[in-house]
Amino acid sequence: MLDTDFFRRWMAATAAAVGREADRLTELDAAIGDADHGSNMRRGFAAVDEVLEKEGPTAPGDVLTLAGRQLISTVGGASGPLYGTLLRRTGKALGDAQEVTADQLADALGAGVAAVAQLGGAQAGDKTMLDALLPAVEVLGTSFVEARDAALAGALATVPLRARKGRASYLGERSIGHQDPGAASAALLVGALAEASGTSGGGDA
Amino acid sequence: MLINVPETVVADGLRGMAAAHPELVVDAENRLVVRRDAPVAGKVGLVSGGGSGHEPLHAGFVGPGMLSAACPGEVFTSPVPDQMVRAAVAVDSGAGVLFVVKNYTGDVLNFDMAAELAEDEGVRVARVLVDDDVAVADSTFTAGRRGTGATLFVEKIAGALADEGAPLERVESLARRVNESSRSFGVALGSVTTPAKGTPTFDLPSGELELGIGIHGEPGRERRPMMTSGEIADFAVHAVLEDLRPSGPVLVLVNGMGATPLLELYGFNAEVQRVLAERGVTAARTLVGNYVTSLDMAGCSVTLCQVDEEMVRLWDAPVQTPALRWGR
Repeated sequence: MLDTDFFRRWMAATAAAVGREADRLTELDAAIGDADHGSNMRRGFAAVDEVLEKEGPTAPGDVLTLAGRQLISTVGGASGPLYGTLLRRTGKALGDAQEVTADQLADALGAGVAAVAQLGGAQAGDKTMLDALLPAVEVLGTSFVEARDAALAGALATVPLRARKGRASYLGERSIGHQDPGAASAALLVGALAEASGTSGGGDA
Repeated sequence: MLINVPETVVADGLRGMAAAHPELVVDAENRLVVRRDAPVAGKVGLVSGGGSGHEPLHAGFVGPGMLSAACPGEVFTSPVPDQMVRAAVAVDSGAGVLFVVKNYTGDVLNFDMAAELAEDEGVRVARVLVDDDVAVADSTFTAGRRGTGATLFVEKIAGALADEGAPLERVESLARRVNESSRSFGVALGSVTTPAKGTPTFDLPSGELELGIGIHGEPGRERRPMMTSGEIADFAVHAVLEDLRPSGPVLVLVNGMGATPLLELYGFNAEVQRVLAERGVTAARTLVGNYVTSLDMAGCSVTLCQVDEEMVRLWDAPVQTPALRWGR
């Protein structure tokens, strides 16, 4: 069962991963964007760390809705509203349960991903964060490690795609051959789930 | 770069702006710049914002005759809803607020969220989208056309109308018309270096240029060997006219991307005027300078706006902002 502490660890692991990989995200975003994704995400998740420390939420859902709200207030760009909505919607779907199963998290994250798709108007194959999140959500109920690997594979699979959303879409065919920075950061978020649950990574039913 | 550390670039810029412009209220902590006499009784408030790095857009356009408030985000990053909600509340006299939103996914999402939140606070909010850039082809399969130079035309003309006490619906309607009557095309002769990255965002060797660029340092649509000022004017003005097909006089903005000397911009304007004359298009008014920039990018953009008498009158109307001052 996944409790509040697990969700706090998930957010902390995401913040750490984003901090470590910020330069790489910036490089990816320089190739097909405006080179701000790394610093935006790092700033946003550092603020999430702070607000979770300060407010001390007492339910899994609250951890995510608080984190989402903070991302909206600090990240900026398209990533702020998109990641903010992802976490807020997922958090809402978890309600006020003190503990949730991996299956429940998978369902909730599915709702969060659907909200992102609706907000941004993207679908699979548009070369966005969805290309990492959608495959991850499908296997999340089975295993966090599988979800992590699916997200990573999904992010890498964006390399040959032509961008149809976001700033990369202005580049047309020149966006081909580069990994989408949003998919890369989404893979970090999913990977942090596996990290938060320990090396075995398996979710339980 | 002339900075201390990348993390404080925007805050430092705001503090310096506050010191240089006591006629503005600069809230460096909450990241907004507001005209000192806001809210102005009976007048629609005009709010815009966007990533920092395009100065003077938008904070340099705050003042009588133009914007009521501007919300600067991190460099090249859309501002967050909190900023626009604060700005809307600060400038609403009860006549409502118009958000001028450049068409970028981030700007649109954040301004949309802000509009909802501001309505919750009792502010009537209308929105106008600026999407003048013709370089993005097949806009159905992309994030749509970018908002670039026409933003200045929208803010000036709508700002003048708002200052005359026009109601929100009229200001919104005219702002929309200015956007629909405007088209732009930009060219880069060099890349841009952001404080966060510290190195150019893309590699543009000397002897080559990028056609169809935006204002955020992303690569353009096409790379070509270097062209003369006259050749660039032929290409850019042609691209705009083919899309706009004006049947009357136009406002002309010859805009520097930040690193191109004014001498060269004026020379480029001579070429732009030549092409317009060759095509039988009358330039009603012309503005040359660095207005919608991209940090230290060498390059320029052309914006043409087909105008009627009312739009020219509002363009000529007095304005008193850091970057545009005439008529007072």
